[in-house]
Amino acid sequence: MKGFLKYVNVTEIVRPIGQLLAFSCGSAVVMSAIAIGIALMLDKTAVGVDLLDRYNVSVYTYTMINLPQVVIDGLTIGFVYAAIALGYTMVYGVLEFINFAHSEIFAVGAFVGVELLIALDSSGMLAGASLGMAYSYLILAILMGMLAAGGLAMTVERVAYRPLRGASRLVPLISAIGVSFFLQDVIRLVESLTTGQFNRIMPTFGNFDQRIVFGKFAMGTSNITLGISVKSIVVIVSAVLMLVALNYLVNATRIGKAIRAVAQDRNTASLMGINVNRIISTTFLVGGMLGGAAGVLYALKFTRIDPFVGFFPGLKAFTAAVLGGIGNLTGALLGGIVLGMLETFAGSYMGIFTMGAAGSEYKDIFAFSILILVLIFRPQGLMGKNVGQKA
Amino acid sequence: MKRRFSLFSLMVAAGFGLAVVGSAGAADKAIKIATQSPLSGDQSVVGVDIKRGAELALEQLGGPLAEMGFKVDLAPFDDMANPDTGVANAKRIVADPAILAVVGHYNSGVQIPSSEVYHTSQLANVSPANTNPKVTTRGYMEVNRIVGRDDVQGVVGADFAKMKGVKTVFVVHDKTAYGQGIAEFFRKKAEENGIKVFGFEGTEEKANFDALLSPVVAGNPDMVYFGGMAFQAAVLFKQARERGYEGIFMSDDGFDSSDAAKIAGGTLISGGGTFYSTVSGPASVYAGTKKFIEDFKAKYNADPQPFAAQGFDSMAISLKAIENAAKANNNEVPSREAVTKAVRELKDFQGITGSFTFNEIGDPEKALYFVIQVKDADAAKWSMNEVVQTLEIAPPK
Repeated sequence: MKGFLKYVNVTEIVRPIGQLLAFSCGSAVVMSAIAIGIALMLDKTAVGVDLLDRYNVSVYTYTMINLPQVVIDGLTIGFVYAAIALGYTMVYGVLEFINFAHSEIFAVGAFVGVELLIALDSSGMLAGASLGMAYSYLILAILMGMLAAGGLAMTVERVAYRPLRGASRLVPLISAIGVSFFLQDVIRLVESLTTGQFNRIMPTFGNFDQRIVFGKFAMGTSNITLGISVKSIVVIVSAVLMLVALNYLVNATRIGKAIRAVAQDRNTASLMGINVNRIISTTFLVGGMLGGAAGVLYALKFTRIDPFVGFFPGLKAFTAAVLGGIGNLTGALLGGIVLGMLETFAGSYMGIFTMGAAGSEYKDIFAFSILILVLIFRPQGLMGKNVGQKA
Repeated sequence: MKRRFSLFSLMVAAGFGLAVVGSAGAADKAIKIATQSPLSGDQSVVGVDIKRGAELALEQLGGPLAEMGFKVDLAPFDDMANPDTGVANAKRIVADPAILAVVGHYNSGVQIPSSEVYHTSQLANVSPANTNPKVTTRGYMEVNRIVGRDDVQGVVGADFAKMKGVKTVFVVHDKTAYGQGIAEFFRKKAEENGIKVFGFEGTEEKANFDALLSPVVAGNPDMVYFGGMAFQAAVLFKQARERGYEGIFMSDDGFDSSDAAKIAGGTLISGGGTFYSTVSGPASVYAGTKKFIEDFKAKYNADPQPFAAQGFDSMAISLKAIENAAKANNNEVPSREAVTKAVRELKDFQGITGSFTFNEIGDPEKALYFVIQVKDADAAKWSMNEVVQTLEIAPPK
């Protein structure tokens, strides 16, 4: 045991878990405090009277009772954003270039995983699967999604970005947007030709749709059930594992050291004997694998996917990366969690706080206003360093 | 290039039409009836069967006109469920003088702009499927429909909710003219029925309904109503059940798709169950459709989709109106204006999906509305869903 530990850098495993815990708890506490503050302010106003009339409960009680559920929902989506955001931020860290095709790489991962599960389902293997087998199939789907997405990301880099590496910064950006459209339509074409429809639906299997109930609270005339579905736990656990593994790879291995060296200074790194092209390929591979896994998890959680499924999660994850400080891995984690929380809090409470005038349909406006505010006061993002432009 | 082509074909069509007029005095007087529905693309499943229904009607009911020396042909057009294509087709249709009536459109969004074109040349249009109130409320003489309206459909939903003993409801819609429209009619009637509306929210979200569901589940209403299409509604319903909501789900005719069962599966059956209102029941619920279903199966080797029987009836109405107008014109080819008037003058026309008399704006004086309950989690058994309520309602004034 001791001999084994010698080769494992324990700090690099414990540290990111600590960070994730701190970010989750921290953002939950801050958001909750703001929500409770607003609730207290509104309690005696028309808003409170309106809610008392409809739900027979005060705004404060309503806010408090719903709080745990909102935090759980926010964390779940936050971890998905964080896993996608890491793909953006890794590529940016190394190449200072935003890979807009990442959202389609995410979608390809989702499609590969879902198609595999649909094939298993139609061969009858999912229906009677034991719990252990169900989890094995899911893990298999995630791995296939990761492989396909990682491979695709590497190919895209080789074909569409590497030939443009010497060009001005805007050129690869345009190329990335082009790749993004191209991949969307390739997914659509392939799906239409092979299955006749391009909306695919995650089969139901295992115990993922079950819900673990922690307790019931009486609220006014109704009861609130606090719980979390098994698939949300699967999403959170897988995301944490991936984040920790990535952190380990970057901070505690030789490849990671090479990635960091290339990120700092490509020319000097190559003088030190690092194969820059291979390291950049590796970066795309790892980022793509994370995106692909996130895609399968997203499909598991939200059931239905189409060729454009990557657009919004991709946009949100990009936002999360910028919010946390693009190029900074820890920042992407923080940004993802904060954005997920913001969005869920806004969506859950705005309808009540504004008496239904601005409901959850405005949650994105709210989340993006916060982003603008943060960037006005901290243009480098929450955890980014203020660095000069690379040549 | 495309435009040039359609211009070219328009000229050909016009030339052909002139040729037909030139020979109209000859022994067989040629008449055409057009259909417009999506024959390609996502919605072609329903669109093709509207055309097939019309084709079958022409085959079986074309006799009287043939005896009068007319040769009646079907002119099918593909509107691709796209307003632009529908309008371009409409221009080609009005340019062909042999065409005396149009059976068509599946989508209200296509019918409304296309019928502006029919209106300019007084060409009769009988719609088998369009439910938006605006289809008829523009008051065009040419436009008629044989199905119900969205503003009644919302009311049917709200009345059904009252019948089920629902006291509280949360309304969600998809922010489109169709979904939000129905949802608003539903809300209005629900409030009149003494049902408390906890919330009224629009959303374009397709995947993550967690935030939206917080206030829904917190209020624990007896019913959740969704105005919109199945692909959103089913995801919302599934996630609501997963969060422990046990009440009734209800939606509109946009929900009538087996995809709903594919997405939401057993969650539609559990708890209070899932219901949807529609203007077109499965063909088997109509008394007169037994023979139609048999003939349809024999000819096309498939079960008729929703609105196929309505396609049959729309064609039957057009044929009858042309026959009446021709008789009034000494067995000569009638003018379009005369056919348009003849459609409105039909009294208690016996079709296979009911008996039709049009009011002054072209709505049927009474239309059938259905409330259907989802019965099986298996998507393949969607057509087995049970009709729990059938209502005959006059259009609103």
